[in-house]
Amino acid sequence: MLQQPPTRTEAEMIAAILAGDTQLYHGLIRPHERSVYMMALSYMKNEADAEDVAQETFIKAFRGLASFRMESKFGTWLISIALNEARTRLRRQAIVRMESLDEPPDENAKVSPALLRDWREIPSEIVEREEVRRLLQRAVESLPEIYRQVFLLRDVEELSVNEAAQVLEISIPSVKVRLHRARMMLQKQLTPQLKTVTAAPKRRWFQWS
Amino acid sequence: MVIECKHVWDHISEYLDGTLTADVRETVQKHLDQCEICSAVLDATRNIIILTADDRVFELPVGFSERLHARLDSELRSDT
Repeated sequence: MLQQPPTRTEAEMIAAILAGDTQLYHGLIRPHERSVYMMALSYMKNEADAEDVAQETFIKAFRGLASFRMESKFGTWLISIALNEARTRLRRQAIVRMESLDEPPDENAKVSPALLRDWREIPSEIVEREEVRRLLQRAVESLPEIYRQVFLLRDVEELSVNEAAQVLEISIPSVKVRLHRARMMLQKQLTPQLKTVTAAPKRRWFQWS
Repeated sequence: MVIECKHVWDHISEYLDGTLTADVRETVQKHLDQCEICSAVLDATRNIIILTADDRVFELPVGFSERLHARLDSELRSDT
């Protein structure tokens, strides 16, 4: 996973916005819309609330832009604001989520992977298929919350282990353990499903010939 | 050193991230080189990470950007 420091242009844009060229803010945030929304959604659980949190995040970030320090990435800073906004809202709404009532998942319990001898690489083109996208979405959504958040930050939004630890306010070893479990859970669930899906069209074809 | 499959699985995530220590990595690598099942587990995990990271999997709701930028516009106007 490639990590990039704040690009020159991003830093320059921020300086220009602070100097008064506020319209540049639209362009500055465009690359970060999806990650902010995704992380908001992972907390809020419904699209309308997640969109609201995302909008609020970008407005707060605009108002607080002068306090952004270049030593962290702009994208990571935005995600921190989004997660704080989401946490505050959940507290305010006094939403007691089911997962917080249950025993937290045991981080020491092992997840055994799906064992297949004849796994073949599935090409990226497969995600053009709606059913495959839905399988992948559903598998990620079904992860316990603490694993889903780490997985999204690391493997979808490509934050470093340190950045993920920072925005989630957890330790680095916890990030690693949770990420490992998330990946193993996805492997276990998705491997047989993806095999079936990728094998299906052929079977259907021969059935009728 | 020889390790069992289930111990290799514990290291898959860090193996993929390249964060194992040199000696653990070597032990894991030796096992992977001769164990069909574990190398299939590794390949499947890597493949699934690549697929879920694809931009087309998680998309913004329709109209999200338009609504966001419209709201920002009124915020930016009130700022100046």
